[in-house]
Amino acid sequence: METVFKKPHALADVPFHYCPGCTHGIIHRLVAEVIDELGIEGKTVGVAPVGCAVFAYNYFNCDMQEAAHGRAPAVATGIKRANPENIVFTYQGDGDLAAIGTAETVHSAARSENITVIFVNNAIYGMTGGQMAPTSLVGQVTQTSPYGRKVEAQGYPIRISEMLSTLEGPSFISRCAVDSVKHINECKAAIKKAFQNQIDKKGFSLVEVLSTCPTNWGLSPVEALDWLRDNMIPHYPLGVYKDIDKEGGKDGE
Amino acid sequence: MDKVLMKGNEAIAEAAIRANCKHFFGYPITPQSEISAYMAKKMPKIGGTFMQAESEVAAINMVYGAAGAGVRVMTSSSSPGISLKAEGISYIAGADLPCVIINIVRGGPGLGGIQPAQSDYFQATKGGGHGDYRLIVLAPSSIQEIVDCTTNAFDLADKYRMPVMILGDGMIGQMMEPISFPDNVDTKEIEKPWATTGTQMKRKKNVVNSLYIDPKELEDLVVARYKKYDEIEKTEVKFETENIDDADIVLVAYGTTARIATAAMRMARAEGIKVGLIRPITLWPFPKDIIAETAKKCKCMISVEMSMGQMIEDIKIAANGACPVEFYGRTGGMVPAPAEILNKIKEVM
Ligand SMILES: Cc1ncc(C[n+]2csc(CCOP(=O)(O)OP(=O)(O)O)c2C)c(N)n1
Ligand code: SF4
Ligand SMILES: [Mg+2]
Repeated sequence: METVFKKPHALADVPFHYCPGCTHGIIHRLVAEVIDELGIEGKTVGVAPVGCAVFAYNYFNCDMQEAAHGRAPAVATGIKRANPENIVFTYQGDGDLAAIGTAETVHSAARSENITVIFVNNAIYGMTGGQMAPTSLVGQVTQTSPYGRKVEAQGYPIRISEMLSTLEGPSFISRCAVDSVKHINECKAAIKKAFQNQIDKKGFSLVEVLSTCPTNWGLSPVEALDWLRDNMIPHYPLGVYKDIDKEGGKDGE
Repeated sequence: MDKVLMKGNEAIAEAAIRANCKHFFGYPITPQSEISAYMAKKMPKIGGTFMQAESEVAAINMVYGAAGAGVRVMTSSSSPGISLKAEGISYIAGADLPCVIINIVRGGPGLGGIQPAQSDYFQATKGGGHGDYRLIVLAPSSIQEIVDCTTNAFDLADKYRMPVMILGDGMIGQMMEPISFPDNVDTKEIEKPWATTGTQMKRKKNVVNSLYIDPKELEDLVVARYKKYDEIEKTEVKFETENIDDADIVLVAYGTTARIATAAMRMARAEGIKVGLIRPITLWPFPKDIIAETAKKCKCMISVEMSMGQMIEDIKIAANGACPVEFYGRTGGMVPAPAEILNKIKEVM
């Protein structure tokens, strides 16, 4: 019988701790499939964040380092500079990457550090129980914005992909979602390109993935997918924000 | 071994490179900027990495990544910057990673000043970051000793898989002295089979981590780490003594202050006052045995520091009431003069 679906080799054979219906799991799988397809597991080093994905170091079969909250791009920089032949990726949430780690994010992008960043934007602090994130939408009710995020008090959500695409450093920046098969396939292609760019020494790439947090959004898994589609995508439009291959500007080596 | 004239900060950088440290991550701050400047010049020529990070926070986390990847790595800063590195140092200790951290101390707290101080003794020897952990802390008092301490720091870090700090001050960083570098650096680089260099599909994956959700597992790990610390306290203590055998009064001082205390001791001896000196070279592990022994023989000890009195607490614990322990110190970047120390000696007599 032909095998049509199996666990990617790069994904460890252990149960995830993610809540039912959480799309962190899908994104893990996409990263692992790409590592398999590119045949790079043996030289890949991943950096796990502080956030719901903290145990990513248990879930990938490649070498892993666990970083302090927000510091994954700095840790990845250290790994890559120590052993440039390694393929180094970070996997970070929005609190990690867009709040406490903003400086590390912006400067690793500006340096065009040759690493791949997987940015899981679920518009909330999942792990700590659903506080407002820098990416929470205006009006969004969270534990720390119980009356909805108000611009007078809490300002506006950050659009990381747009912001970083103004820099010269990044080679590839794309925003994807994992709410439908079509979007999941597009997301995988973007993740693959982000790793391929690193292999080709083109410099920093980041894939922002709009993801759900049914638990802290207070929705069922299916409702959460609808909420992502109806509320997040309009504010965070999907698409490629930067691609040096299409600009004819900065050339890969 | 030709003699060269070098600033303390430059000597640290050169000694690190000779100890095969090819990765340096820093952020500018007075009075240690010569270290970065030296690294920026040298590293590209030897295929190493010099990086001016976006902050001390980023720099120490780059150190974490590189140390986890198995290379010899160093960062340097001065007091306010070390406070920012404290989180990363705790993670490095918690993940059992070797690295060398330089603190060329300036007056504090806050932005403080840029003149030499020793007011980061507590921070260096008692933690600074969160959690149960130790740093080996070396306090050289001459530029030649900086060279030896730096080489030693990398070996100790690798041997015990832990961060090692060199605690200098603005004076030792900026001062120039003729020094020589050994022709063959006696440095012991060791295999690091735990490093994240990629599995090459040939071994089980390596994980660099400090998170343990199961409290028993975390307790066991910390206890094991403390066994290692006990071993270090037994084997790695370093100090020097002068004139302590017949001394009535024993000065205890480290780094720059030890040199000034030595001058005060000579002045006192010239006047017939029996003064000796204990100079800790390792601040942790602290040379408590020699202090305990000496406290039983002398009439009084004086801790001389460029702070409001921090090391004095360790001296008191070691002396354990066997003799009174007095204090003389200046702080905020003020450097004590030998005559001030001599006055203190006469006062306690
Ligand atoms: C220095 C520090 N501050 C705060 C925390 C607590 N903390 C853990 S996870 C987290 C938020 C994570 O949110 P996000 O990055 O969006 O990831 P998610 O859980 O949503 O995937 C916070 C604030 C911490 N571990 N360390
Ligand atoms: S809290 Fe939210 S982000 Fe975290 S695992 Fe649960 S659903 Fe996923
Ligand atoms: Mg989040």
